[in-house]
Amino acid sequence: MIRFDHVVKRYPGGQEALRQVSLEVNKGEMVLLTGHSGAGKTTLLRLAAAIERPTAGTITVGGQNLSRLGNRGIPYLRRNFGLVFQDHKLLYDRSVFENVVLPLRVTGFGAREAGSRVRAALDKVGLLAREQSNPVELSGGEQQRVCIARAIVHRPAILLADEPTGNLDPENARNIVALFEVFQQVGATILVATHDADAFRGSAPRVITLSAGAVLS
Amino acid sequence: MTRWLASHGRALRDAMDRLRHPLLPTALSVVVIASALALPLLLHLAARNLAMFSGQLDAEPQLTLFLDVNITPADTDVIARRLAKHPATTRARLVTKTEAMADLRNSAGLGSSIDDLGRNPLPDAFVVTGPEGDPTRLEALRDEAAGWPKVEHAQLDALWARKLAATVRIGRVAALLLAILLGVALTAVTFNTIRLQILGRRDEIELSKLIGATDAFIRRPFLYFGLLLGASGGLAGLGLVALSVAVLNHQLSGALALLGGAGGLSGPALADAAAVVGIAAFLGWLGAALSVGRHLRRFEPG
Repeated sequence: MIRFDHVVKRYPGGQEALRQVSLEVNKGEMVLLTGHSGAGKTTLLRLAAAIERPTAGTITVGGQNLSRLGNRGIPYLRRNFGLVFQDHKLLYDRSVFENVVLPLRVTGFGAREAGSRVRAALDKVGLLAREQSNPVELSGGEQQRVCIARAIVHRPAILLADEPTGNLDPENARNIVALFEVFQQVGATILVATHDADAFRGSAPRVITLSAGAVLS
Repeated sequence: MTRWLASHGRALRDAMDRLRHPLLPTALSVVVIASALALPLLLHLAARNLAMFSGQLDAEPQLTLFLDVNITPADTDVIARRLAKHPATTRARLVTKTEAMADLRNSAGLGSSIDDLGRNPLPDAFVVTGPEGDPTRLEALRDEAAGWPKVEHAQLDALWARKLAATVRIGRVAALLLAILLGVALTAVTFNTIRLQILGRRDEIELSKLIGATDAFIRRPFLYFGLLLGASGGLAGLGLVALSVAVLNHQLSGALALLGGAGGLSGPALADAAAVVGIAAFLGWLGAALSVGRHLRRFEPG
């Protein structure tokens, strides 16, 4: 589903974030990406979602070569993804509901179906009661869960999550891991960058460890 | 199709919210656009009213030959024949001193003063109408006829009407140039307003791109915003013009009656008003399109 072939990412200034990375995530698989801060986990996720372009190498998503994908094609590629951001990227000028509904607005869902899907997603992360709250009123962990609800509301084929359990207490972390498992069972491909591999131990995912921009194992 | 319509409906509502929400900057932009539109529109109206006023006057060129007061009927006949033969004459009519006196008595209301004169001091005169649209030939006739015997004075009447018409033409060109300049200014105003909006909505635009929004989707509310801003400015501009015309009419009512203009200055016609709002809306849209196009490129993957 996601394939990296000798991918190099060098930032202006010469810093090499990824060095000759080759890996493959199969359809319906859950893969953990671990490693120290600065090992290149976030860069790898950003390259997979075409938020950044590789300096060298080939990235294929769902059989599509991203280097052949023009800027016009990127929006349609991104609709296959659910993105969980380390910094949540919530909009603080609107309610939780309005944040979660955004991916559905982009693809033009009708108001009624969008409403029921948003509530289903919020229910899964345990925040149904907070749909009219402003994200500012929520704790860091709750904001993280809103971000996860937004990532799954349009039932994407691929979930790319950057530290999804980073701000969560053990109980909420377990809930999110369970949610990812359910998601995997219905056929989604999941790639998670995390420090907290222990939280996912129960679901026995494949683990890829990055170190200084290269794959260790 | 319904999805497309729903998306446009949402963008339009979103744009209206953005117009209303911080009201002050919107109001300021509307005032700037309205003033920018009102200036050339007022100039255009002034030119049109002047043209209408000059149209009420006899703009057909007319040459009046005032004859010697002591002219004999035979001499008058000679002049009449010469005029009839002349190629610049379409029509020549003799206005006798008696007719001229009666006219003066009727039109100027000078009845009693004229009676006091005791005798008629006016001369006989020929009123010559030339070919329409070619006053130069009548000018030639004037120069020629001024030298004829028993012709005291030859006067071309339409000269000042032609000067007026030329003034009107200059006024129209000036209005057009001013409209173009201020149209550019209007586009710049929306460009900048949208730029500020985009800066204030960086997070939203960035996130929208990350979750798969097309550029058209992101652009749409901004374009509607520009369109509505321009149209609001256009309506406000028309309001300013209508107000100015009303004030002028009130202040000038005495002077206008003296000039013989009926009913005072007229405001913009419905078609003009529709055109002003339409053009303002288009320029607002254009400013928004330029601004969004420029700023969206920053969010492309590097």
